[in-house]
Amino acid sequence: MSIVEIDQLTKDYEIGFWRKRKVRGLDALSLAVEQGEIFGFLGANGAGKTTTLKVLMRLTFPTSGKARILGEDIDKVSMHRIGYLPENPYFYDYLTAREFLEYCAELFGQPKQARKRNAEDLLSRVRLDEKRWDTQLRKFSKGMLQRVGLAQALINDPEIVFLDEPMSGLDPVGRREVRDLIASLRESGKTVFMCSHILSDIEVLCDRVAILKKGKLAHMGRLNDLRQQQNQENLVEIIVTQTDVPETFVVTETPGGVRIQAPGESDVDVVLTALRKVNGKLVSVQPLRQSLEELFVD
Amino acid sequence: MTDPSAPVQEQTLSGSPAVWRRVVAIARNAFLEAVRDRVLYNLVLFVLLLIAGAIFLGELSDGQERKIIVDLGLSTMLLFGVFISIFVGVGLVYKEIERRTVYAIFSKPVSRGEFLVGKYLGLCLTLLVNVVVMGAGVSLALLYARRGGDSLALTIWPAIFLIYLELMILTGVALLFSSFSSPALSALLTFLVFIIGHFSTDLKNLASTMESVVGRGLFNALYYLLPNLNNYSYITPAAHGQVPLGSNVLLAILYAAVYIAITIAAATLVLGRRNFK
Ligand SMILES: Nc1ncnc2c1ncn2[C@@H]1O[C@H](COP(=O)(O)OP(=O)(O)OP(=O)(O)O)[C@@H](O)[C@H]1O
Ligand SMILES: [Mg+2]
Repeated sequence: MSIVEIDQLTKDYEIGFWRKRKVRGLDALSLAVEQGEIFGFLGANGAGKTTTLKVLMRLTFPTSGKARILGEDIDKVSMHRIGYLPENPYFYDYLTAREFLEYCAELFGQPKQARKRNAEDLLSRVRLDEKRWDTQLRKFSKGMLQRVGLAQALINDPEIVFLDEPMSGLDPVGRREVRDLIASLRESGKTVFMCSHILSDIEVLCDRVAILKKGKLAHMGRLNDLRQQQNQENLVEIIVTQTDVPETFVVTETPGGVRIQAPGESDVDVVLTALRKVNGKLVSVQPLRQSLEELFVD
Repeated sequence: MTDPSAPVQEQTLSGSPAVWRRVVAIARNAFLEAVRDRVLYNLVLFVLLLIAGAIFLGELSDGQERKIIVDLGLSTMLLFGVFISIFVGVGLVYKEIERRTVYAIFSKPVSRGEFLVGKYLGLCLTLLVNVVVMGAGVSLALLYARRGGDSLALTIWPAIFLIYLELMILTGVALLFSSFSSPALSALLTFLVFIIGHFSTDLKNLASTMESVVGRGLFNALYYLLPNLNNYSYITPAAHGQVPLGSNVLLAILYAAVYIAITIAAATLVLGRRNFK
Protein backbone atom coordinates (compact mmCIF):
# COMPACT_ATOMS: atom_id res chain seq x y z
CA MET A 1 0.00 0.00 0.00
CA SER A 2 1.29 3.45 -0.88
CA ILE A 3 1.40 6.08 1.82
CA VAL A 4 -0.15 8.73 -0.41
CA GLU A 5 -2.49 7.79 -3.22
CA ILE A 6 -3.91 10.49 -5.41
CA ASP A 7 -6.58 9.37 -7.80
CA GLN A 8 -7.90 11.49 -10.65
CA LEU A 9 -7.81 14.66 -8.61
CA THR A 10 -9.28 17.69 -10.35
CA LYS A 11 -9.62 21.15 -8.92
CA ASP A 12 -11.34 24.04 -10.67
CA TYR A 13 -11.02 27.49 -9.25
CA GLU A 14 -13.81 29.92 -9.89
CA ILE A 15 -12.55 33.38 -10.56
CA GLY A 16 -14.27 36.65 -11.37
CA PHE A 17 -17.04 38.25 -9.44
CA TRP A 18 -19.81 38.91 -11.91
CA ARG A 19 -18.96 36.59 -14.72
CA LYS A 20 -17.55 33.51 -13.17
CA ARG A 21 -14.84 31.70 -15.10
CA LYS A 22 -13.23 28.44 -14.23
CA VAL A 23 -9.51 27.93 -14.01
CA ARG A 24 -8.31 24.37 -13.83
CA GLY A 25 -5.72 24.14 -11.09
CA LEU A 26 -5.41 20.37 -11.17
CA ASP A 27 -6.38 18.14 -14.03
CA ALA A 28 -7.04 14.49 -13.24
CA LEU A 29 -3.84 14.08 -11.28
CA SER A 30 -2.97 10.57 -10.17
CA LEU A 31 0.16 9.51 -8.37
CA ALA A 32 1.41 7.43 -5.49
CA VAL A 33 4.11 8.01 -2.91
CA GLU A 34 5.75 5.08 -1.16
CA GLN A 35 6.47 4.67 2.50
CA GLY A 36 9.90 5.95 3.55
CA GLU A 37 10.84 7.86 0.42
CA ILE A 38 11.55 11.50 -0.22
CA PHE A 39 9.28 12.39 -3.05
CA GLY A 40 9.96 15.52 -5.08
CA PHE A 41 7.05 17.37 -6.58
CA LEU A 42 8.16 19.72 -9.33
CA GLY A 43 6.54 22.07 -11.73
CA ALA A 44 6.70 25.61 -13.04
CA ASN A 45 4.95 28.45 -11.25
CA GLY A 46 1.24 27.82 -11.35
CA ALA A 47 1.60 24.15 -12.22
CA GLY A 48 -0.58 23.13 -9.29
CA LYS A 49 1.86 21.96 -6.61
CA THR A 50 0.46 24.09 -3.82
CA THR A 51 -3.07 23.27 -4.91
CA THR A 52 -2.33 19.56 -4.57
CA LEU A 53 -1.03 19.98 -1.04
CA LYS A 54 -3.95 22.17 -0.05
CA VAL A 55 -6.38 19.56 -1.29
CA LEU A 56 -4.52 16.87 0.64
CA MET A 57 -4.66 19.02 3.79
CA ARG A 58 -8.37 19.68 3.22
CA LEU A 59 -7.79 23.41 3.10
CA THR A 60 -9.57 23.42 -0.20
CA PHE A 61 -11.93 20.85 -1.63
CA PRO A 62 -11.41 19.06 -4.94
CA THR A 63 -13.89 19.37 -7.78
CA SER A 64 -13.58 15.65 -8.34
CA GLY A 65 -11.31 12.76 -7.57
CA LYS A 66 -10.05 11.14 -4.42
CA ALA A 67 -6.95 10.97 -2.33
CA ARG A 68 -5.78 8.76 0.47
CA ILE A 69 -3.05 9.30 3.02
CA LEU A 70 -1.79 6.46 5.20
CA GLY A 71 -4.46 4.27 3.69
CA GLU A 72 -7.30 6.49 4.85
CA ASP A 73 -9.49 8.81 2.89
CA ILE A 74 -8.24 12.40 3.34
CA ASP A 75 -11.29 13.46 5.27
CA LYS A 76 -10.89 10.58 7.70
CA VAL A 77 -7.15 10.36 8.19
CA SER A 78 -5.87 11.41 11.61
CA MET A 79 -3.91 14.64 11.36
CA HIS A 80 -1.91 13.44 14.35
CA ARG A 81 0.19 11.45 11.90
CA ILE A 82 0.77 14.21 9.37
CA GLY A 83 2.93 17.32 9.22
CA TYR A 84 2.56 20.23 6.83
CA LEU A 85 4.65 23.25 5.97
CA PRO A 86 2.58 25.76 3.97
CA GLU A 87 4.08 27.82 1.17
CA ASN A 88 5.41 31.19 2.44
CA PRO A 89 4.31 30.33 5.95
CA TYR A 90 2.87 32.99 8.16
CA PHE A 91 1.95 32.47 11.77
CA TYR A 92 0.50 34.40 14.68
CA ASP A 93 2.83 37.36 14.81
CA TYR A 94 2.01 38.23 18.42
CA LEU A 95 3.45 34.93 19.65
CA THR A 96 7.10 34.17 20.18
CA ALA A 97 8.63 31.24 18.34
CA ARG A 98 8.59 29.18 21.50
CA GLU A 99 4.99 30.07 22.36
CA PHE A 100 3.84 29.24 18.86
CA LEU A 101 5.42 25.82 18.90
CA GLU A 102 4.06 25.06 22.35
CA TYR A 103 0.64 26.11 21.10
CA CYS A 104 0.93 23.76 18.13
CA ALA A 105 1.97 20.95 20.46
CA GLU A 106 -1.03 21.72 22.63
CA LEU A 107 -3.33 21.34 19.63
CA PHE A 108 -1.95 17.84 19.30
CA GLY A 109 -2.94 17.19 22.88
CA GLN A 110 0.59 16.86 24.20
CA PRO A 111 1.04 17.24 27.96
CA LYS A 112 2.73 20.36 29.25
CA GLN A 113 6.17 18.88 29.86
CA ALA A 114 6.30 17.30 26.42
CA ARG A 115 5.17 20.56 24.78
CA LYS A 116 8.01 22.48 26.32
CA ARG A 117 10.60 19.86 25.51
CA ASN A 118 9.43 19.28 21.95
CA ALA A 119 9.33 22.99 21.20
CA GLU A 120 12.90 23.44 22.36
CA ASP A 121 14.14 20.33 20.59
CA LEU A 122 12.66 21.42 17.31
CA LEU A 123 13.80 25.01 17.52
CA SER A 124 17.34 23.80 17.90
CA ARG A 125 16.85 21.18 15.23
CA VAL A 126 15.85 23.78 12.66
CA ARG A 127 18.82 25.85 13.86
CA LEU A 128 16.92 28.89 14.90
CA ASP A 129 19.27 31.11 16.85
CA GLU A 130 18.52 30.50 20.52
CA LYS A 131 18.49 34.23 21.18
CA ARG A 132 15.39 34.55 19.00
CA TRP A 133 13.29 31.85 20.61
CA ASP A 134 11.49 34.37 22.75
CA THR A 135 11.11 37.01 20.07
CA GLN A 136 7.66 37.71 18.66
CA LEU A 137 7.22 36.29 15.19
CA ARG A 138 6.35 39.73 13.80
CA LYS A 139 10.03 40.54 14.09
CA PHE A 140 11.16 37.47 12.17
CA SER A 141 12.74 37.48 8.73
CA LYS A 142 11.42 35.24 5.99
CA GLY A 143 14.10 32.62 6.52
CA MET A 144 13.50 32.56 10.25
CA LEU A 145 9.77 32.10 9.71
CA GLN A 146 10.55 29.29 7.32
CA ARG A 147 12.48 27.54 10.08
CA VAL A 148 9.63 28.00 12.52
CA GLY A 149 7.37 26.59 9.82
CA LEU A 150 9.49 23.49 9.54
CA ALA A 151 9.55 23.09 13.29
CA GLN A 152 5.76 23.26 13.55
CA ALA A 153 5.44 20.70 10.76
CA LEU A 154 7.44 18.24 12.84
CA ILE A 155 6.10 19.01 16.32
CA ASN A 156 3.91 15.90 16.39
CA ASP A 157 6.65 13.59 15.12
CA PRO A 158 4.57 12.84 12.00
CA GLU A 159 4.89 9.74 9.86
CA ILE A 160 4.65 11.79 6.72
CA VAL A 161 5.45 15.46 6.13
CA PHE A 162 4.30 17.62 3.28
CA LEU A 163 6.68 20.48 2.62
CA ASP A 164 5.75 23.26 0.23
CA GLU A 165 9.04 24.79 -0.90
CA PRO A 166 10.95 24.15 2.31
CA MET A 167 14.08 25.92 1.07
CA SER A 168 12.48 29.18 0.01
CA GLY A 169 13.79 32.23 1.77
CA LEU A 170 16.76 30.42 3.27
CA ASP A 171 20.36 31.53 2.90
CA PRO A 172 22.89 29.01 1.51
CA VAL A 173 23.86 27.79 4.96
CA GLY A 174 20.22 27.48 5.92
CA ARG A 175 19.50 25.51 2.80
CA ARG A 176 22.19 23.04 3.60
CA GLU A 177 20.93 22.72 7.16
CA VAL A 178 17.40 22.10 6.01
CA ARG A 179 18.63 19.67 3.43
CA ASP A 180 20.37 17.71 6.17
CA LEU A 181 17.25 17.87 8.30
CA ILE A 182 15.12 16.43 5.52
CA ALA A 183 17.66 13.71 4.88
CA SER A 184 17.61 12.84 8.58
CA LEU A 185 13.84 12.44 8.39
CA ARG A 186 14.27 9.68 5.88
CA GLU A 187 16.81 8.02 8.14
CA SER A 188 14.25 7.90 10.93
CA GLY A 189 11.79 6.23 8.60
CA LYS A 190 9.59 9.18 7.75
CA THR A 191 8.12 9.88 4.37
CA VAL A 192 8.64 13.33 2.86
CA PHE A 193 6.56 14.85 0.09
CA MET A 194 8.21 18.08 -0.98
CA CYS A 195 7.54 20.72 -3.59
CA SER A 196 10.47 22.61 -4.95
CA HIS A 197 11.93 24.44 -7.90
CA ILE A 198 15.49 24.04 -6.84
CA LEU A 199 16.96 21.22 -8.82
CA SER A 200 20.11 20.86 -6.77
CA ASP A 201 18.10 20.24 -3.61
CA ILE A 202 15.84 17.79 -5.33
CA GLU A 203 18.82 16.03 -6.79
CA VAL A 204 20.55 15.50 -3.49
CA LEU A 205 17.44 14.49 -1.59
CA CYS A 206 14.73 12.88 -3.63
CA ASP A 207 14.29 9.24 -4.39
CA ARG A 208 11.63 9.88 -6.95
CA VAL A 209 10.07 12.93 -8.52
CA ALA A 210 6.87 13.84 -10.27
CA ILE A 211 6.73 16.72 -12.66
CA LEU A 212 3.53 18.61 -12.96
CA LYS A 213 2.59 20.67 -15.95
CA LYS A 214 -0.54 22.80 -16.02
CA GLY A 215 -2.20 20.62 -13.44
CA LYS A 216 -1.35 17.39 -15.21
CA LEU A 217 1.26 14.81 -14.39
CA ALA A 218 3.94 15.18 -17.05
CA HIS A 219 6.58 12.74 -15.81
CA MET A 220 7.20 10.55 -12.85
CA GLY A 221 10.10 8.37 -11.87
CA ARG A 222 13.63 8.29 -10.57
CA LEU A 223 15.57 11.43 -11.26
CA ASN A 224 18.33 9.60 -13.15
CA ASP A 225 15.87 7.84 -15.40
CA LEU A 226 14.20 11.09 -16.18
CA ARG A 227 17.47 12.74 -16.94
CA GLN A 228 18.54 9.94 -19.24
CA GLN A 229 15.36 10.37 -21.20
CA GLN A 230 16.45 13.90 -21.77
CA ASN A 231 19.93 13.27 -23.19
CA GLN A 232 20.84 16.63 -21.88
CA GLU A 233 24.22 18.13 -22.61
CA ASN A 234 26.48 18.87 -19.72
CA LEU A 235 26.82 22.61 -20.00
CA VAL A 236 29.40 24.01 -17.61
CA GLU A 237 29.74 27.54 -16.39
CA ILE A 238 33.26 28.74 -15.63
CA ILE A 239 34.03 32.11 -14.15
CA VAL A 240 37.60 33.40 -14.31
CA THR A 241 39.48 36.62 -13.67
CA GLN A 242 40.90 36.88 -17.16
CA THR A 243 39.61 38.19 -20.40
CA ASP A 244 41.76 36.39 -22.98
CA VAL A 245 40.35 32.90 -23.17
CA PRO A 246 39.98 30.57 -26.17
CA GLU A 247 37.62 32.07 -28.70
CA THR A 248 35.72 28.87 -29.20
CA PHE A 249 33.56 29.35 -26.11
CA VAL A 250 30.58 31.53 -25.43
CA VAL A 251 31.88 34.34 -23.28
CA THR A 252 30.22 37.14 -21.35
CA GLU A 253 32.08 39.85 -19.52
CA THR A 254 31.62 40.18 -15.78
CA PRO A 255 32.94 42.99 -13.55
CA GLY A 256 35.96 40.94 -12.49
CA GLY A 257 36.65 38.89 -15.59
CA VAL A 258 34.54 36.67 -17.81
CA ARG A 259 31.94 34.00 -17.62
CA ILE A 260 32.48 31.13 -19.99
CA GLN A 261 29.86 28.68 -21.10
CA ALA A 262 31.55 25.43 -22.02
CA PRO A 263 29.62 22.68 -23.82
CA GLY A 264 31.08 19.78 -21.84
CA GLU A 265 32.97 18.88 -18.72
CA SER A 266 36.14 18.04 -20.70
CA ASP A 267 36.31 21.65 -21.82
CA VAL A 268 37.01 22.72 -18.28
CA ASP A 269 40.56 21.40 -18.68
CA VAL A 270 41.05 23.35 -21.86
CA VAL A 271 39.97 26.55 -20.19
CA LEU A 272 42.07 25.93 -17.10
CA THR A 273 45.20 25.24 -19.15
CA ALA A 274 44.69 28.45 -21.08
CA LEU A 275 44.04 30.30 -17.86
CA ARG A 276 47.24 29.11 -16.21
CA LYS A 277 49.32 30.39 -19.11
CA VAL A 278 48.17 33.93 -18.49
CA ASN A 279 48.21 33.64 -14.70
CA GLY A 280 44.46 34.05 -14.40
CA LYS A 281 42.47 32.89 -11.40
CA LEU A 282 39.54 30.53 -11.32
CA VAL A 283 36.47 31.91 -9.58
CA SER A 284 33.98 29.08 -9.97
CA VAL A 285 33.01 26.07 -12.00
CA GLN A 286 29.55 24.69 -11.92
CA PRO A 287 27.30 22.53 -14.00
CA LEU A 288 24.80 24.67 -15.79
CA ARG A 289 21.50 22.89 -15.81
CA GLN A 290 18.20 24.26 -16.66
CA SER A 291 15.67 23.67 -13.96
CA LEU A 292 13.99 20.33 -14.32
CA GLU A 293 10.65 21.76 -15.18
CA GLU A 294 12.26 23.70 -18.00
CA LEU A 295 13.82 20.48 -19.24
CA PHE A 296 10.43 18.96 -19.59
CA VAL A 297 8.81 21.74 -21.48
CA ASP A 298 8.19 20.14 -24.84
CA MET B 1 12.96 14.66 18.98
CA THR B 2 9.33 14.51 19.97
CA ASP B 3 8.07 12.56 22.89
CA PRO B 4 7.51 8.98 21.79
CA SER B 5 4.83 8.47 24.40
CA ALA B 6 2.77 11.38 23.07
CA PRO B 7 0.89 9.58 20.26
CA VAL B 8 -0.31 6.91 22.66
CA GLN B 9 -1.64 9.55 25.02
CA GLU B 10 -3.39 11.34 22.21
CA GLN B 11 -5.29 8.26 21.25
CA THR B 12 -6.65 7.76 24.70
CA LEU B 13 -7.74 11.38 24.56
CA SER B 14 -9.67 11.02 21.33
CA GLY B 15 -12.98 11.50 23.15
CA SER B 16 -14.49 14.83 24.06
CA PRO B 17 -11.87 15.93 26.63
CA ALA B 18 -9.36 16.27 23.80
CA VAL B 19 -11.82 18.42 21.89
CA TRP B 20 -12.22 20.71 24.86
CA ARG B 21 -8.51 20.94 25.43
CA ARG B 22 -8.10 22.19 21.89
CA VAL B 23 -10.98 24.62 22.26
CA VAL B 24 -9.47 25.95 25.48
CA ALA B 25 -6.06 26.28 23.83
CA ILE B 26 -7.57 28.24 20.94
CA ALA B 27 -9.58 30.43 23.29
CA ARG B 28 -6.53 31.20 25.38
CA ASN B 29 -4.59 32.09 22.27
CA ALA B 30 -7.38 34.38 21.05
CA PHE B 31 -7.41 36.11 24.43
CA LEU B 32 -3.64 36.49 24.30
CA GLU B 33 -3.97 38.04 20.88
CA ALA B 34 -6.45 40.60 22.18
CA VAL B 35 -4.16 41.43 25.09
CA ARG B 36 -1.03 41.72 22.97
CA ASP B 37 -2.86 43.73 20.34
CA ARG B 38 -3.75 46.10 23.14
CA VAL B 39 -7.51 45.70 22.94
CA LEU B 40 -7.73 46.08 26.70
CA TYR B 41 -6.13 49.52 26.49
CA ASN B 42 -9.65 50.85 26.08
CA LEU B 43 -9.95 50.30 29.82
CA VAL B 44 -7.46 53.08 30.43
CA LEU B 45 -9.63 55.40 28.40
CA PHE B 46 -12.67 54.29 30.34
CA VAL B 47 -11.03 54.96 33.69
CA LEU B 48 -9.89 58.39 32.53
CA LEU B 49 -13.43 59.18 31.42
CA LEU B 50 -14.71 58.00 34.76
CA ILE B 51 -12.31 60.19 36.70
CA ALA B 52 -13.10 63.20 34.54
CA GLY B 53 -16.79 62.49 35.03
CA ALA B 54 -16.40 62.20 38.80
CA ILE B 55 -14.61 65.53 39.02
CA PHE B 56 -17.23 67.17 36.86
CA LEU B 57 -20.13 65.58 38.75
CA GLY B 58 -18.63 66.73 42.03
CA GLU B 59 -19.67 70.22 41.02
CA LEU B 60 -23.21 69.06 40.43
CA SER B 61 -26.09 69.14 42.86
CA ASP B 62 -26.69 66.28 45.24
CA GLY B 63 -28.76 63.16 44.66
CA GLN B 64 -28.53 63.15 40.88
CA GLU B 65 -24.88 62.27 40.53
CA ARG B 66 -25.24 58.60 41.49
CA LYS B 67 -27.90 58.09 38.89
CA ILE B 68 -25.76 59.83 36.30
CA ILE B 69 -22.69 57.77 37.21
CA VAL B 70 -24.62 54.54 36.65
CA ASP B 71 -26.33 55.79 33.49
CA LEU B 72 -23.18 57.08 31.86
CA GLY B 73 -20.93 54.35 33.24
CA LEU B 74 -23.04 51.44 32.01
CA SER B 75 -23.87 53.09 28.69
CA THR B 76 -20.18 53.66 28.04
CA MET B 77 -19.50 50.07 29.05
CA LEU B 78 -22.05 48.88 26.51
CA LEU B 79 -20.68 51.18 23.83
CA PHE B 80 -17.07 50.13 24.34
CA GLY B 81 -18.15 46.50 24.49
CA VAL B 82 -20.09 46.79 21.25
CA PHE B 83 -17.06 48.31 19.57
CA ILE B 84 -14.86 45.45 20.72
CA SER B 85 -17.39 42.76 19.78
CA ILE B 86 -17.79 44.23 16.35
CA PHE B 87 -14.28 45.26 15.47
CA VAL B 88 -12.48 42.33 16.99
CA GLY B 89 -15.32 39.93 16.20
CA VAL B 90 -15.44 40.56 12.47
CA GLY B 91 -11.68 40.11 12.15
CA LEU B 92 -11.61 36.96 14.24
CA VAL B 93 -11.91 34.54 11.36
CA TYR B 94 -11.34 36.83 8.42
CA LYS B 95 -7.88 37.88 9.52
CA GLU B 96 -6.78 34.31 9.98
CA ILE B 97 -7.94 33.33 6.52
CA GLU B 98 -6.47 36.43 4.93
CA ARG B 99 -3.07 36.00 6.58
CA ARG B 100 -3.27 32.26 6.04
CA THR B 101 -2.56 31.45 9.66
CA VAL B 102 -5.36 28.88 9.37
CA TYR B 103 -3.19 26.68 7.16
CA ALA B 104 -1.08 25.57 10.07
CA ILE B 105 -4.14 25.14 12.29
CA PHE B 106 -6.46 23.10 10.11
CA SER B 107 -3.63 20.82 9.06
CA LYS B 108 -3.54 19.80 12.71
CA PRO B 109 -6.28 17.82 14.42
CA VAL B 110 -8.49 20.90 14.79
CA SER B 111 -11.96 20.96 13.27
CA ARG B 112 -13.45 24.15 11.94
CA GLY B 113 -16.13 24.04 14.61
CA GLU B 114 -13.58 23.74 17.41
CA PHE B 115 -11.69 26.65 15.94
CA LEU B 116 -14.79 28.86 15.86
CA VAL B 117 -15.89 27.97 19.36
CA GLY B 118 -12.37 28.60 20.65
CA LYS B 119 -12.06 31.96 18.94
CA TYR B 120 -15.52 32.90 20.17
CA LEU B 121 -14.77 32.00 23.78
CA GLY B 122 -11.48 33.86 23.60
CA LEU B 123 -13.22 37.06 22.63
CA CYS B 124 -15.88 36.47 25.29
CA LEU B 125 -13.12 36.23 27.86
CA THR B 126 -11.69 39.52 26.65
CA LEU B 127 -15.11 41.11 26.93
CA LEU B 128 -15.58 39.63 30.37
CA VAL B 129 -12.38 41.18 31.67
CA ASN B 130 -13.41 44.43 30.09
CA VAL B 131 -16.88 44.43 31.58
CA VAL B 132 -15.75 43.36 35.03
CA VAL B 133 -13.05 46.00 35.26
CA MET B 134 -15.43 48.68 34.02
CA GLY B 135 -18.14 47.52 36.40
CA ALA B 136 -15.67 47.68 39.28
CA GLY B 137 -14.75 51.19 38.15
CA VAL B 138 -18.38 52.29 38.23
CA SER B 139 -18.90 50.69 41.65
CA LEU B 140 -15.83 52.46 43.01
CA ALA B 141 -17.00 55.75 41.55
CA LEU B 142 -20.33 55.27 43.35
CA LEU B 143 -18.62 54.55 46.66
CA TYR B 144 -16.43 57.59 46.14
CA ALA B 145 -19.42 59.83 45.36
CA ARG B 146 -21.11 58.75 48.58
CA ARG B 147 -17.86 58.82 50.57
CA GLY B 148 -18.86 55.41 51.92
CA GLY B 149 -21.32 52.57 51.46
CA ASP B 150 -23.74 52.62 48.57
CA SER B 151 -26.17 49.82 47.75
CA LEU B 152 -26.10 50.86 44.08
CA ALA B 153 -22.51 49.66 43.89
CA LEU B 154 -23.92 46.15 44.25
CA THR B 155 -27.34 46.38 42.63
CA ILE B 156 -25.95 47.46 39.26
CA TRP B 157 -24.27 44.08 38.73
CA PRO B 158 -27.32 42.20 37.38
CA ALA B 159 -27.60 44.95 34.76
CA ILE B 160 -23.90 44.57 34.01
CA PHE B 161 -24.41 40.84 33.59
CA LEU B 162 -27.20 41.50 31.08
CA ILE B 163 -24.92 43.85 29.16
CA TYR B 164 -22.35 41.08 29.03
CA LEU B 165 -24.92 38.62 27.67
CA GLU B 166 -25.87 41.13 25.02
CA LEU B 167 -22.23 41.49 24.01
CA MET B 168 -21.92 37.72 23.80
CA ILE B 169 -24.87 37.58 21.43
CA LEU B 170 -23.45 40.36 19.31
CA THR B 171 -20.07 38.63 19.14
CA GLY B 172 -21.80 35.52 17.84
CA VAL B 173 -23.45 37.59 15.13
CA ALA B 174 -20.14 39.24 14.21
CA LEU B 175 -18.50 35.81 14.03
CA LEU B 176 -21.22 34.50 11.75
CA PHE B 177 -20.93 37.43 9.34
CA SER B 178 -17.17 37.27 9.35
CA SER B 179 -17.21 33.64 8.30
CA PHE B 180 -18.37 34.65 4.85
CA SER B 181 -18.09 38.38 4.27
CA SER B 182 -15.47 41.10 4.43
CA PRO B 183 -14.75 42.85 7.74
CA ALA B 184 -16.21 46.17 6.60
CA LEU B 185 -19.48 44.61 5.51
CA SER B 186 -19.62 42.35 8.55
CA ALA B 187 -19.07 45.31 10.86
CA LEU B 188 -21.84 47.25 9.17
CA LEU B 189 -24.26 44.32 9.28
CA THR B 190 -23.47 43.53 12.90
CA PHE B 191 -23.97 47.15 13.83
CA LEU B 192 -27.34 47.13 12.06
CA VAL B 193 -28.30 43.99 13.96
CA PHE B 194 -27.37 45.76 17.18
CA ILE B 195 -29.52 48.79 16.35
CA ILE B 196 -32.50 46.87 15.00
CA GLY B 197 -32.20 44.34 17.81
CA HIS B 198 -33.00 47.11 20.24
CA PHE B 199 -36.17 47.97 18.33
CA SER B 200 -37.19 44.36 18.17
CA THR B 201 -40.58 44.83 19.83
CA ASP B 202 -41.32 47.71 17.48
CA LEU B 203 -40.61 45.36 14.62
CA LYS B 204 -43.27 42.97 15.85
CA ASN B 205 -45.77 45.77 16.39
CA LEU B 206 -44.98 47.13 12.96
CA ALA B 207 -45.62 43.72 11.46
CA SER B 208 -49.07 43.50 13.03
CA THR B 209 -50.08 46.85 11.53
CA MET B 210 -48.96 45.87 8.04
CA GLU B 211 -51.53 45.52 5.30
CA SER B 212 -49.62 43.41 2.83
CA VAL B 213 -48.87 39.79 3.58
CA VAL B 214 -45.35 40.20 2.20
CA GLY B 215 -44.60 43.16 4.47
CA ARG B 216 -46.01 41.37 7.48
CA GLY B 217 -44.02 38.26 6.67
CA LEU B 218 -40.86 40.26 6.20
CA PHE B 219 -41.08 42.11 9.49
CA ASN B 220 -42.12 39.00 11.36
CA ALA B 221 -39.18 37.15 9.85
CA LEU B 222 -36.85 39.95 10.91
CA TYR B 223 -38.31 39.85 14.39
CA TYR B 224 -37.61 36.17 14.80
CA LEU B 225 -34.29 36.20 12.96
CA LEU B 226 -32.63 39.13 14.67
CA PRO B 227 -31.77 38.91 18.33
CA ASN B 228 -34.18 40.60 20.69
CA LEU B 229 -31.81 42.85 22.57
CA ASN B 230 -34.52 44.74 24.45
CA ASN B 231 -34.40 42.10 27.13
CA TYR B 232 -30.85 43.07 27.89
CA SER B 233 -31.13 46.81 28.39
CA TYR B 234 -31.64 47.43 32.04
CA ILE B 235 -29.45 50.49 32.44
CA THR B 236 -32.08 53.08 33.29
CA PRO B 237 -33.90 50.96 35.91
CA ALA B 238 -30.53 50.03 37.38
CA ALA B 239 -29.69 53.69 37.75
CA HIS B 240 -32.83 53.97 39.85
CA GLY B 241 -31.67 51.14 42.06
CA GLN B 242 -33.99 48.49 40.59
CA VAL B 243 -32.97 44.86 40.16
CA PRO B 244 -34.31 42.63 37.36
CA LEU B 245 -36.51 39.68 38.24
CA GLY B 246 -34.64 36.43 38.62
CA SER B 247 -36.94 34.71 36.14
CA ASN B 248 -36.27 37.40 33.55
CA VAL B 249 -32.54 37.00 33.96
CA LEU B 250 -32.90 33.26 33.59
CA LEU B 251 -34.91 33.75 30.41
CA ALA B 252 -32.29 36.14 29.11
CA ILE B 253 -29.59 33.53 29.76
CA LEU B 254 -31.55 30.83 27.96
CA TYR B 255 -32.32 33.08 25.01
CA ALA B 256 -28.68 34.09 24.72
CA ALA B 257 -27.51 30.47 24.92
CA VAL B 258 -29.85 29.37 22.15
CA TYR B 259 -29.09 32.35 19.96
CA ILE B 260 -25.34 31.95 20.36
CA ALA B 261 -25.51 28.21 19.70
CA ILE B 262 -27.40 28.85 16.48
CA THR B 263 -25.04 31.56 15.23
CA ILE B 264 -21.95 29.47 15.92
CA ALA B 265 -23.50 26.40 14.35
CA ALA B 266 -24.35 28.44 11.26
CA ALA B 267 -20.84 29.90 11.17
CA THR B 268 -19.40 26.39 11.42
CA LEU B 269 -21.56 25.27 8.54
CA VAL B 270 -20.36 28.17 6.41
CA LEU B 271 -16.70 27.88 7.35
CA GLY B 272 -16.79 24.11 6.94
CA ARG B 273 -17.56 24.43 3.25
CA ARG B 274 -15.10 27.18 2.56
CA ASN B 275 -12.09 26.79 0.34
CA PHE B 276 -9.21 28.75 1.72
CA LYS B 277 -7.54 30.85 -0.90
N1 LIG C 1 -7.22 30.71 -4.70
C1 LIG C 1 -7.11 30.60 -6.04
N2 LIG C 1 -8.04 31.16 -6.83
C2 LIG C 1 -7.96 31.06 -8.17
N3 LIG C 1 -6.99 30.40 -8.82
C3 LIG C 1 -6.03 29.82 -8.08
C4 LIG C 1 -6.03 29.90 -6.65
N4 LIG C 1 -4.95 29.23 -6.18
C5 LIG C 1 -4.31 28.77 -7.27
N5 LIG C 1 -4.94 29.12 -8.41
C6 LIG C 1 -4.53 28.75 -9.78
O1 LIG C 1 -4.27 27.38 -9.82
C7 LIG C 1 -3.10 27.11 -10.57
C8 LIG C 1 -2.12 26.33 -9.72
O2 LIG C 1 -1.64 27.16 -8.67
P1 LIG C 1 -0.67 26.63 -7.54
O3 LIG C 1 -0.58 27.67 -6.52
O4 LIG C 1 -1.10 25.29 -7.14
O5 LIG C 1 0.72 26.52 -8.32
P2 LIG C 1 2.16 26.11 -7.79
O6 LIG C 1 2.59 24.95 -8.61
O7 LIG C 1 2.16 25.95 -6.35
O8 LIG C 1 3.01 27.40 -8.21
P3 LIG C 1 4.26 28.09 -7.48
O9 LIG C 1 5.46 27.37 -7.96
O10 LIG C 1 4.22 29.48 -8.03
O11 LIG C 1 4.04 28.03 -6.02
C9 LIG C 1 -2.60 28.46 -11.05
O12 LIG C 1 -3.06 28.63 -12.37
C10 LIG C 1 -3.25 29.45 -10.16
O13 LIG C 1 -3.50 30.64 -10.85
MG1 LIG D 1 3.15 26.87 -4.84
